[in-house]
Amino acid sequence: MIQLSRYAKLCALCLPTASMAGPLVEPHLNIVPRTADEASRIASVTAIASQFDKPQAFEANSAGAATVRAAGNANAFSFPSGNIAFADKLTFNVGNGLFRKLWVSSPSSTLASDGLGPIYNARSCQRCHIKDGRGHPPEELDDNAISLFLRVSIPGELTAKKAEIEDYIATAPEPTYGLQLQDFSTAGVAAEYKLQIDYEEVEVKLSGGDVARLRKPTYTAANLAYGPLHPKAMLSPRVAPQMIGLGLLEAIPAADILALADPEDADGDGISGRANVVWSKEFDQPMLGRFGLKAGNPTVFQQSAEAFVGDIGISSSLFPRGWGECTQAQTACRNAPHGDGDDRVFEIDDEILHLVTYYSRNLGVPARRDVDDPQVLRGKEVFYTTGCTACHQPSFVTHRLEDQPEQSFQLIWPYTDMLLHDMGPGLADNRPEARANGSEWRTPPLWGIGLTQRVSGHTYFLHDGRARSLLEAVLWHGGEAQTQRDAVVEMPPEDRAALIRFLESL
Amino acid sequence: MKSLYLATSIFALGLSSAVMADGHGEKLGVLGTYADIAEANYTDSLVTAQRLQAAVDALLAAPSAEALEAAKTAWLAARVPYQQTEVYRFGNAIVDDWEGKVNAWPLDEGLIDYVDASYGGPTDENEAAALNVIANASFTLSGETVDATAITPALLEDTLQEADGVEANVATGYHAVEFLLWGQDLNGHGAGAGNRPWTDYASGDACTGGNCDRRGEFLKAATDLLVSDLEWIVAQWSEGGDARASVLADADAGIAAMLTGMGSLSYGETAGERMRLGVMLNDPEEEHSCFADNTHNDHFYNGVGIQSVYLGSYTGIDGRLVEGPSLSDLVAEIDPALDMEMQMKLSAAVQALGRIKTAAESGFTYDMMLERGNAAGEALIMGGVNGLIAQTRSIERVVAALGTSIEVEGSDSLDNPDAVFQ
Repeated sequence: MIQLSRYAKLCALCLPTASMAGPLVEPHLNIVPRTADEASRIASVTAIASQFDKPQAFEANSAGAATVRAAGNANAFSFPSGNIAFADKLTFNVGNGLFRKLWVSSPSSTLASDGLGPIYNARSCQRCHIKDGRGHPPEELDDNAISLFLRVSIPGELTAKKAEIEDYIATAPEPTYGLQLQDFSTAGVAAEYKLQIDYEEVEVKLSGGDVARLRKPTYTAANLAYGPLHPKAMLSPRVAPQMIGLGLLEAIPAADILALADPEDADGDGISGRANVVWSKEFDQPMLGRFGLKAGNPTVFQQSAEAFVGDIGISSSLFPRGWGECTQAQTACRNAPHGDGDDRVFEIDDEILHLVTYYSRNLGVPARRDVDDPQVLRGKEVFYTTGCTACHQPSFVTHRLEDQPEQSFQLIWPYTDMLLHDMGPGLADNRPEARANGSEWRTPPLWGIGLTQRVSGHTYFLHDGRARSLLEAVLWHGGEAQTQRDAVVEMPPEDRAALIRFLESL
Repeated sequence: MKSLYLATSIFALGLSSAVMADGHGEKLGVLGTYADIAEANYTDSLVTAQRLQAAVDALLAAPSAEALEAAKTAWLAARVPYQQTEVYRFGNAIVDDWEGKVNAWPLDEGLIDYVDASYGGPTDENEAAALNVIANASFTLSGETVDATAITPALLEDTLQEADGVEANVATGYHAVEFLLWGQDLNGHGAGAGNRPWTDYASGDACTGGNCDRRGEFLKAATDLLVSDLEWIVAQWSEGGDARASVLADADAGIAAMLTGMGSLSYGETAGERMRLGVMLNDPEEEHSCFADNTHNDHFYNGVGIQSVYLGSYTGIDGRLVEGPSLSDLVAEIDPALDMEMQMKLSAAVQALGRIKTAAESGFTYDMMLERGNAAGEALIMGGVNGLIAQTRSIERVVAALGTSIEVEGSDSLDNPDAVFQ
């Protein structure tokens, strides 16, 4: 941890001492420390571009040597890291099989596959992370939500552990429904709700006489099967994010992320950037939050385990309850047969969880297209000079790692700073998560975003898929990004078109 | 990954100079054989699929138990050449982007036809898994009303295949046809395959399972589509075809594609997803050909295909031999011991996969082997897995010896990460 001292001063500014041990520690990685020489070379190679007459060296390879070809069909997000060894393809492919595996209700003759629910949002990982890409809100005639669900919680008391984390916002599960609402259930148990979405169209006038239409959603938890929600219940809609490049995001040095944090906006650019700090169940200590729409999870492993238990109702060593998300108030659900207690102990054992984690870490990021196209280069210039890079940090170099060659020391271009930003009231879910308040979201990575149509057959973006195009997604930006959003509204239409073209090349 | 990085440095040091001195023409010869085998192997797949098509036409024209058996026999024969072609999938983008249309699995059979009540009912959140297109001429899918009055190749290919983005919604290819011929295998880990009655295709009152005419339409559409998809891929490998041109365009990249195909099919696809996972989950649904109980042949002919690419020698369905300069020749010039090792490992893997086939054909079928606690079954399958793993180790050594960088895509200077910053 040589770099710790280097950044200690910076972080003294951004995080009070109580949480200092938290976000900087990286027990999930076996790190080969950076040399001073490497650090200076990295600083120069990740410096933000200021010339746009030609592409930067290596920028076409969004994930460094782990980049994969941009396949011409819906499988574009489903390839293993480009630098994976044959031997690890076995692990990847077995993980892929588990990712698409349909879990069944207990009891079942296929012992290793039972344990579903009793309440759940989906029967397999792949069902929400469709083609390893992003999910979508239900279409008009669809009567199930699947890849979109509601998280729920109420204000709560701080536990001793979480009190160690500065600015941690205490919440508790909704007493009857838990931490998320499940719209499916096994036989004999009632599903919790049905998601109802109502959209209202809002017009946005753009320069050059163009008009954009945004759809403003209202979410209702209808048909609540276990009585009304707690009066202080806070709901947060979440659409399943794309799966590519997660292992690389997990390997970005925490110090490099924290170096970008500016919680009090000391540099006065209107952009703060705060780190989420969350409790690691795996390592029993605070860590930097990296995954989830509010960076509520520190590692791919914990994120996977939480998705298994919350979304599918499958228990594991990290979340050992066979009844998954059922609360004490849901007795039929608690008393229904579960899949644990046989020789697996939990509904999935650590071997399977590690296989799924390996798979999730190694879904390759496709190479960019048309990086030298003049319109793309102009769009890149617009993106950079408008200030989008203040949050959508173009590049990082990952840690050198002893045991993860695919993720080790790669120059990557994720276009995220991995930090939380206030996105304004329009996007706010008003439901805090760890240190993230009700208006903050983690900057999502933009790599692969231009392949959404190809992979997923739609172009729905943002945390709940409300934006129907990249332009709509930009126009929803508020809060810290209000200035940049306004600039896009006012810029010449050809610059706006170039900006979108650049995003489509990612 | 180490060995692959190593490969680059060995190349740089010129240790393989014997071949490198005048290796270009020789490599092109090897690639010519590779493309010729691909063309022959896909042509055989097409010919056997056309025979299947004729048998299906005969079944639909005059349904009978004998006609259904004839169609099943034709399907089994069609799988022999096709499974050997799978070694062409990885490393050749044209094949990889296409193969999902013809060999996607596992499939939610409830999308296509009636299924047993134990299969899962309307609470299932994959609506399409219980769609039963054969029984429903109109239905809602992904929020749109679909008119399925006529079951056509276009309906299968454009609307039903991967409906809703769910990979298990398989409406085209060998396994869809397999389900339509055999029906569900309801025997679990017990003996026996799917047992669809021929009367599922009978007309009038003799029809069982309902909608026999629409079932026939589905079978016809899926079989016709399989044939046209295979016609397309044969053209890609024929003289002037894109797949052939692509491997011949760059000798080193072409050799890398051959080895990538061998290693990826061995290690990831067959040993991993198709074999190891089944043993781990003890789930008969994790059988590659679960309706026909033909999984032992699927794996065996994967092994034979890998071997044939290395040896540059393919035996056609009519007994003809397609052969020429081979990877084996190339390796033998540099390191005869390594060539012997590679040949031995390939034979050992085919032999181990052959043991599974022998047992399965004697009545101990693949789904029985997968049963939890069945030690003999697990040993047979893991024998195959280990054989494939062992041969991949040798493939890696071949990669190193030939000085080929496997990672053609996305690597350029980044294979040497330090180069990034120079």
